[in-house]
This record gives sequence, structure tokens and C-alpha cells, in this order.
Amino acid sequence: MAVELKSKVPTGPVSDAWESYKADVKLVAPNNKRKFKVIVVGTGLAGASAAASLAELGYQVDAFTFHDSPRRAHSIAAQGGINAAKNYQGDGDSVHRLFYDTIKGGDFRAREGNVHRLAEVSVNIIDQMVAQGVPFAREYGGLLDNRSFGGAQVSRTFYARGQTGQQLLLGAYQQLARQIGLGNVRLFNRTELVDVVTIEGRCAGIVTRDLMTGQVASHAAHAVVLATGGYGNVFFLSTNAMACNVTAAWRAHRKGAYFANPCYTQIHPTCIPQSDETQSKLTLMSESLRNDGRVWVPQNPDDNRSPDQIPEGERDYILERLYPSYGNLAPRDISSRAAKRSVDSGRGVGPLKNGVYLDFSDAIKRLGKPVVEERYGNLFEMYERIAGENPYDVPMRIYPASHYTMGGLWVDYELMTTVPGLYAAGEANFSDHGANRLGASALMQGLADGYFVLPYTIGNYLAPMLNKPIPGADHPAFKEAENAARQRFDAYLDIKGTRSPDWFHRELGKIIWDYCGMERTQQGLEKALSELPALYEEFQKDLRVTGNGESLNQTLEKAGRVDDFFQLGMLMCRDALERNESCGGHFRAEYQTDDGEALRDDENFANVAAWEWTGDPTKSNCHTEALEFNTVHLATRSYK
Amino acid sequence: MSHHLSNLTLKVWRQSGPDNSGHFESYTIDSISDEASFLEMLDVLNETLIGENKEPVTFDHDCREGICGTCSLMINGRAHGPERATTTCQLHMRKFKSGDEIVIEPWRAQAFPIVKDLMVDRSAFDRIIESGGFITAPTGGAPDANLISIPKPVADAAMDAAQCIGCGACVAACPNGAANLFTAAKITHLNVLPQGQAERYKRVEAMVETMDEYFGSCTNHGECEAACPKEISIDVIALMNKDYRAAKFKNRKELSRN
Ligand SMILES: Cc1cc2nc3c(=O)[nH]c(=O)nc-3n(C[C@H](O)[C@H](O)[C@H](O)COP(=O)(O)OP(=O)(O)OC[C@H]3O[C@@H](n4cnc5c(N)ncnc54)[C@H](O)[C@@H]3O)c2cc1C
Ligand code: FES
Repeated sequence: MAVELKSKVPTGPVSDAWESYKADVKLVAPNNKRKFKVIVVGTGLAGASAAASLAELGYQVDAFTFHDSPRRAHSIAAQGGINAAKNYQGDGDSVHRLFYDTIKGGDFRAREGNVHRLAEVSVNIIDQMVAQGVPFAREYGGLLDNRSFGGAQVSRTFYARGQTGQQLLLGAYQQLARQIGLGNVRLFNRTELVDVVTIEGRCAGIVTRDLMTGQVASHAAHAVVLATGGYGNVFFLSTNAMACNVTAAWRAHRKGAYFANPCYTQIHPTCIPQSDETQSKLTLMSESLRNDGRVWVPQNPDDNRSPDQIPEGERDYILERLYPSYGNLAPRDISSRAAKRSVDSGRGVGPLKNGVYLDFSDAIKRLGKPVVEERYGNLFEMYERIAGENPYDVPMRIYPASHYTMGGLWVDYELMTTVPGLYAAGEANFSDHGANRLGASALMQGLADGYFVLPYTIGNYLAPMLNKPIPGADHPAFKEAENAARQRFDAYLDIKGTRSPDWFHRELGKIIWDYCGMERTQQGLEKALSELPALYEEFQKDLRVTGNGESLNQTLEKAGRVDDFFQLGMLMCRDALERNESCGGHFRAEYQTDDGEALRDDENFANVAAWEWTGDPTKSNCHTEALEFNTVHLATRSYK
Repeated sequence: MSHHLSNLTLKVWRQSGPDNSGHFESYTIDSISDEASFLEMLDVLNETLIGENKEPVTFDHDCREGICGTCSLMINGRAHGPERATTTCQLHMRKFKSGDEIVIEPWRAQAFPIVKDLMVDRSAFDRIIESGGFITAPTGGAPDANLISIPKPVADAAMDAAQCIGCGACVAACPNGAANLFTAAKITHLNVLPQGQAERYKRVEAMVETMDEYFGSCTNHGECEAACPKEISIDVIALMNKDYRAAKFKNRKELSRN
């Protein structure tokens, strides 16, 4: 039962699309809004902003998070900043330029209409966040300061020291808290979505598991928003918080929501390299460091001198050499591959030879230590705590790591998935970043979706449902889903095998990293697709979950998440295998130019791959949405 | 190069649920890399426990980068352990020696009931924010961001306070279980900004009174400042107290006018 993939972007010039959408959209009158119940799952930037805004409008909102508090969502960890086309620096920025940079940065694999709207509302986000009291960095004159990020030649990034995500999330959380205090939002914390329920082709609600008591319960609503973040933890080692997972999106996928471009994952160039075998996660060093840090490796692979003993002439400043016009600010995918190639060629640095240098000595000479400290002080401290070396004296060592996932639930212009009434926002959807996301654009997208898009588009769906009854939580479909969830969790406990969920997660992550990481090949992906089902079978036979299902059990929570990661992992490899081109973060070694850059195939792959669940993750059906470029001309992405 | 520590003794608080009594259990870690973080050391312990078919130790954590405020732990009697300005998740084993005995307990405070083992419930913090820790600014109506000019020192002061990660170390370290540092940090963040002025006095009154419902009272021990992983200065408490006194006066005047 295939669904037609209609983008619903209004026809006409892309720059008018959002205005024309808003002019035509159906509205729900203020006094009728309280007749509608909307569920928002996830309270990160996208979810908190959506829940707060919908509640302000008058809808009844139930918000869910598996965290103890909305303030813990992974958005809190974003360091570098948030983009907006304010052009406060007068350096040539505009809505069109941000739109263009995002399309180009995404290697021409995103939908023009959505991206243009994102660039348009970016300016409102900054206004909104400042009004809420977000303490963005300022110039001495009292106006807002900006910095630049990879893939842009203007300074359009707003920041709050190295804690931009924290400050933005606290802002959105405060708005949500206000609505909770007023009784307009009911918050279900430490509660995990374990299934999505559809009745007669519409999303009717969700099934949750209370992490404190193990209790499984149903929640009915007129519409459901998933703002549940990305799936970067499929790699096990990533910069994501430990609890980030794909469960909500995956469960929705199994209930009919198409999963788009799962193979588009972003490997971030500047993370602290792995130091030993107990490593549980990798720490990002903000991309903003590349404003002043210079990336280099020794020219000679056998050079074992300490970095300060290696003379200028014997260093290879890889990004400056390969991409002179963007230099150290080349986009992420490109920078990551350059680092990988240096390490693969034996020129890696550090005890395990698994990193490249990010060197601030020139910046310290040029700007003085106080300025560098002002800009990056807390990042330097963080680095020292983890790596045990002081970056003011010794260059940082960095290496790429899984960081962000551009793929996600397929959504149309209204952010609705292929299941009517089910929406996806923030990192959980696929919509705006194509095959590669630019730095500082995820925070922008999450807040755009939650504050400025969903509050308009949801009304369009709800308006015709006014005063019509919807199925309640006692409907048999909910009971059926509850039972299935209970059985699933009981089954994990009943296997009584020998290996922990973490053990399986690590093994899964290794396969995905080796074959579906920074560089992919047909042969590797085929290998992964034969190894994954075997490992998954072992998981189903040999998993060990201690404890019981009636009280807090972190091992059991983890088992459910790893199960979903396995299925997603298989789909990722399938997607990577069938996309016979290289684009952005998806680099297929077979498809590269003579100088090693990604070689797109616009003839055959200027499209979105949206996968339909069939019951077997290695046999999903692929549907495509053709991408049309009417405003931006398809071009080879060059940062030389 | 990494080295290994050997023969660590962990004394870990085990408690199966909120209503059960707890006890210390001893475990030995034979060998661990000094590059491992403290929580990775607990991961290793937990893998071993699962291997022995025993229930692993429950503890709260998420970002492991010192920013989400989810991790906690009293380590040898100190909130977040021995290192200055460092959350438990950022603490590394290189700060310990072979043969060390390490005592690991949950936050202990009346307002933070133990959920299981080392995990506590800190939702009383959320109640404080819900009562007034915001600026009322509904989506959509904001003026251009640069219309509000904020002197850099003011923005910096707001940011210094806003760095609070809500971990609760201040409460755990306080002999009275007071939440004054947490509450005052939030109040200061909003009350020094021009955008926060309209609700300044209403905010402080509501938040302080909600705080008093759940937490103990401050008697100026200063343990909170020493324990804060974000080094939030105790000066914020002075500002909160000043605003609270002013609020009592001003809000009453407002009321009598209505
Ligand atoms: C270290 C790091 C630094 C970054 N820096 C930047 C930056 O400088 N600029 C930038 O633009 N982007 C940055 N990013 C990316 C950006 O932070 C994220 O993409 C973005 O914050 C995601 O927001 P979100 O609201 O979509 O999801 P999240 O913030 O991940 O929130 C997900 C929410 O969903 C909930 N949830 C998930 N599953 C379930 C479930 N099954 N049941 C119930 N609740 C559930 C969680 O509890 C949480 O509340 C960074 C990312 C990382 C990892
Ligand atoms: S786990 Fe996030 S602060 Fe420690």
C-alpha cells in the first residue's frame, strides 16, 4: 500500500511559497483550539518549542520525554552556535544566501521549498530567543556578535560562549515550563514512546512505557509530533548523548511512516580521538575552533617529534592546501575525509596515531592568549580534562566521529510524515540538510520547526476534524499495541543469554562504522548486510537482561533501543548500497572525481529515497521523491 | 600513553527502590585504564555484574560532556568527586591511584528522593522554574533582536549565572539541603537582563517561595559554590535576597493599587 510522496510545496517562486501557504492555510479559531489534543514526543529544541507554542495557542498538549527533565535533552550539548540570515555584520548575507549555502552544503539533496522557509524564519528565531532572555554573545556596543562556521563565507552564527545549545534549550524549556506551570501542558517525564498507533489510516496516538514502573499505557490524540532527535548512536561511539536513540522514529516507521535517506549521516571532523577500549562516547570540539585553529599533520609519516619541534616546512596544513578559499573552514564531510586520508596514509598523530593536529599557536601569537581564551576558554578546559593536555601549549588532537543524522522520517512541507496526523520535527525528520548539514544549522532547524512551522501547519490538519470524535485510548488498536509492547519487553528478559545490550551495541557500531561510515563501498556494504542479520540473530538468542520489567531497569531500556538500532542499521546499509553515487556525507569510494571529491549522479539520484517497512529491514521498499531545483542550479560543489 | 590502575575497591550504595532501605556493597576493579572516565569505570563494573548475572548499578548520566547535568554521585564524600569545576562524567581515572578505595553514594537531600541505587529524583528543580523561571514572551511577537542593546558586562553576568546545569551538586553539598545557589543562578540570569525587568519582582517572589516548599534554608556555609561544577559564584544569592526583599515591598504596593 504505497503512499504517494507529495511534497505539498506551493507552486510558484520558492521565495513566495511560505507566504502563500500561510495565506491559504485553514485555521482553528482560538476558542476551538482547546478541543484538540496534541501529543509532542521529545522536549529538545524542536519538541519544547513546539509544545510551548502549541499550548500558548490554546491546544491541549501532552509532552513526553524519557529524560527526568526537559532540560536534559541532547540539544543541551550543542556548542558552537545557531545560524540566522540577519546580516547584522553587513557582510553580504541574506535569506537567499543562507538558502543557497544550505542547498549547496547539502550537496543538492534537499528540497528547495523547505530550505527556503528555514532561511526565512531563521531571523525570527533570534528575535524570539533574545526576547526570552537567551544571553547571546555581544559586542562592546551592546549589539549581538557573530562568528563564522564551515561552508559559509559570511559571519551569521550567533552564539553563547561555547554553550549555545544549552542556552537555547534553557530558553525553550523555560517557555515550556511556563506552560506546564499554567496547566496548559502535561509533562510525562521518564516516559518512553514504545509504539505509535494508527487507526483507519490516521495517527491516533502513542503507547508509552513508564521507565520508573515499567507500566505500559496508551495516549490518544488528534495529532502527534515526534521531535525525538537523531540516530547517530547507531555507531555506538558518537558525539551524541548516551541515551539518544532511534526508537520513536523507528516505531513510527514500522507503522507506516517512510524513513528517508537513512545513509546520510554526518561525521564531524573535530572530535577528540578514541583513547582506549573502554571508551563510551566521543567528545566533540566545536567547529567554531576552526575559525582560529589550523589543521595539520607531519609531512613525513615517520616523524615522531613533538609538534613544536616540527618546523613549518615539514608540516602539511591539509585543508589550507586542498581548499584554499575556505581553508580550515571547509564543510564537515570534506574536512572529515581529509583527516581520514591523512591518518590512513600513516601520518596520524598522538599515541595511537589516530588523529590530526588542530593548532592554535598562530592564533595565540596573532590575537594574544586573552582573546583566544575569551573565544574558546571553556572548550580548551574541556579538552584538557578529557585528553590531559593543555591546548594553549600543545596542539589539540582531533579525529572525525559520528555526530548528526541528516536522514530521518520523510516529511512533506507541513512536516507531516506519510502517516496523516503524525509529524516529525528537528533532527528526527529528514527535511532540510540534504546529504550534509552545515554547522550551526541544526539548532536553527529545530527551533524553526517547533516555533514557526508546526504551529501553522498542524492547524491545517486539525481544522476539518473540529467536533468529530476520535478513537480513545480504550480502542482495541491501542490495547493490541500495548500487548505487543509488553510482550516485546518480556521477551528481552526471557532470552537469558550471555551478552549485555551494550556488548551487542558495540559490535553493531563497529560494523556500521567500518562499512557505512566515512567511506563506503559496494563490497563493504554487502559484507555488512550479511554480517548484520547474523549478529541480530545472535542478539535475539543470546541477549542477557538482568532484573525485571516492573521497576526501573536501565538494561531493559537499552535492550529495546539496541533492537531498533539493529533494524535501522540494516536499512542504512541498504540505502547506502543502492545510492550509487557520492554526495555529502555519503561517500561511495567507487564514485569520486580524479582528485578524490564526491561524484554525484544527478541524472539518476537527484531524489529522496523514502523507505517503506515491509516486516524485514533488509527487504524494505524504496520510493523516491524527485528533487527539483528551480532556483538554485545544480552544480558541482566546490570549496577550492 | 595510557597506564592502568589496579586493585581499586569501590563501596557503592545499593538500594532497590525508593521505599527500600539501602546498604553499601564492595566491588573490586582489577584493572582500568587511566584514560577511562569515572563513568566508564562504572560501565566496566556493570558489564562485569551482568556477566555474573547480577543487577548492574543504576546511575544517571547522559551527555558525558559536563553539560546536561544528568550525572551526579558523591565520590568520597564530595559532590562530583575531587576535581574542581568538573562533573562526574568529566572526571577521569588518572585522578586516582592503584589501590584506592572509592566510596560512591547518591545525592543525599530531602528534596531529592532516591529512585534506585545512585539515581535520585530532582524534579523539585523543575517546580521552581515552572513557578517563575522564565520571561513571558509568547512565540511570534518579538521585536528585532538588535533593538534591545545589552552592555557586554551585563550579558556576560547573565551568562555566568545561566551556565548552571541543574545537576543538584549545590543541594547535595549543602548541610541543610538548600537550593539557593540553583534558584539564585536562574533568577540572576533573568533579573539582570533588560528583557527580564517586567517580571523581576514577581519572578523572585514566586521562585523563592517554591524553593522554600521543597528545600532547606541557607545558612551561608558556602559549600554549594565549592561543589558547583560550573563555578557559579555565591554572589548570585546576594542578588536574589536583595530582589526578594524588594519584591516583598513592591509587590505589596502593586497589590494595594489594584
Ligand atoms: C556535541 C554536539 C554539538 C552540537 N553542536 C551544534 C551546534 O553548535 N549548532 C547546531 O546547530 N547544531 C549542533 N548540534 C546538533 C544539534 O544539537 C541537534 O541536532 C539538535 O539539538 C537536535 O534537537 P532535537 O530537538 O531534534 O532533538 P534532541 O535535543 O535530541 O531531543 C530529543 C528529545 O526526544 C526525547 N525522546 C527521544 N526518543 C524518545 C522516546 N522514544 N520517548 C520519549 N521521548 C523521547 C528525548 O528525551 C529528548 O527530549 C550538535 C550536536 C552534538 C551531538
Ligand atoms: S552526564 Fe551530562 S553533565 Fe554529566
